[in-house]
Amino acid sequence: MTGPPLRPTPLYEAHLAAGGRMVPFAGWEMPVQYAGIGDEHQAVRTHAGLFDVSHMGEIRLEGPRALDAVQRLITNDASRLAVGQGLYSPMCLPSGGIVDDLTVFRTDEAAYLIVVNAARHAVDLAWIQEHAAGATVRDLSDETALLALQGPRAAAILDAAGGGAATGLPAYHCAGGQTIAGVRCAVSRTGYTGEDGFEIACPWDAAPAVWAALLEAGRAHGLIPAGLGARDTLRLEAGYMLYGNDIDEQTTPLEARLGWTVKLEKEAFIGRDALLRQKARGIARRIAGFETAERAIPRQHCAIRSDGRPVGEVTSGTFAPTLRRPVGLGYVPTALATPGAALEIDIRGRSVAATVVRLPFYRRPKT
Amino acid sequence: MFPDDRRYTREHEWARREDGRVRVGITQFAAERLSDIVFVELPKVGADLKATQPFGVIESVKAASDLYAPVSGRVVEVNQQLVDSPEMINQDPHGAAWMIVLEAASDAEWDQLLDAAAYADLVSGEH
Repeated sequence: MTGPPLRPTPLYEAHLAAGGRMVPFAGWEMPVQYAGIGDEHQAVRTHAGLFDVSHMGEIRLEGPRALDAVQRLITNDASRLAVGQGLYSPMCLPSGGIVDDLTVFRTDEAAYLIVVNAARHAVDLAWIQEHAAGATVRDLSDETALLALQGPRAAAILDAAGGGAATGLPAYHCAGGQTIAGVRCAVSRTGYTGEDGFEIACPWDAAPAVWAALLEAGRAHGLIPAGLGARDTLRLEAGYMLYGNDIDEQTTPLEARLGWTVKLEKEAFIGRDALLRQKARGIARRIAGFETAERAIPRQHCAIRSDGRPVGEVTSGTFAPTLRRPVGLGYVPTALATPGAALEIDIRGRSVAATVVRLPFYRRPKT
Repeated sequence: MFPDDRRYTREHEWARREDGRVRVGITQFAAERLSDIVFVELPKVGADLKATQPFGVIESVKAASDLYAPVSGRVVEVNQQLVDSPEMINQDPHGAAWMIVLEAASDAEWDQLLDAAAYADLVSGEH
């Protein structure tokens, strides 16, 4: 074994006690599963699951120049955010390639909280500091734990745990000053599963108390702890991109079907010129979702072919537990990135027929 | 946990002798480790397998893994039910979820396999 030792989250002991199987992930020791990916996935779709996402980073920009800095850094338009409102956005290089994908909340008149992927935390922090242009940058990651309570019962569980005030939050809104298990938490109505849910930030050392209180309040609602394995199958069914798999510095938001997060009409931002050029030139490749006809599962890096010619590579693939069939994502020439197009996936040297389908693979039933 | 009517490989297959033939499956330890098994690819009847070489593939939601032949021999039976219902492997790995039956080429390889106690020792060191 080489490399720096893995970091535990404040919930490491709680994961072991719950039967979590710990694996290395982005420098952290994280639970990949407890009861099993299938059971945890199903719990989130039908009841609720509780995830430890304390490995994710939290970076605050504040001061009179904070909005200017955020606007320069992200492709989406933060000028429209009211206090307590958030949005999803890529953060791009001048090339249009994606540095990371973020959730940005306006937490105060002149303060923005950016939640970043664990694997990109160091890169993001350096990039944000380099382009902060007069805003104060504070990295809160070491002092902030983050839990994700996800599923149709999430609001009832949060209410039962004492966080009832936050259950009135609209999607992509947040509120500070919520008390759960006597701990002051900030709660947002966000997630990465395709279900209703909340993300709950609290002080690092208080995370075990909040975790235990939520599990206790959720017991009658079918809440179980859920690991990174289910997080991945849930997000893929819901059509969310995973940084490092589906998006990276070599892919642009326009190729990744994140055009809705790119506000070319707002003031200049990093990557805007490249994205304008790409749009004018025509977007040569796009990410496509596909289903295969057989049970063999397309995995990351499997070759994608069309009429025998290589056209791309699978960026994410899994067996979709809710849909009961294999699904995947990959970049293909734009002409093929349209529902109904026929692809072939090379799975262990065998060519498996695949059909492009509309994303997301799964959409939660309207309530 | 591991029946002593059979032997085991370091790659977590079990092998049970039945009148000169050898029935093969994966251990409960492996099934639990993989969890949520959703696909299995098995050889055809008549295929010749070589000990320690891959003979098939098993996929869980998370990942694909090779299956390794415990001994050399010709495949004389394949559990077709398993191909249709791979989740059986999570439910009854040591019984109904057997994978193939081999006509073993020789007895010599059998002695290389682990007995139940040695296999239990092996997996007690893995978690």
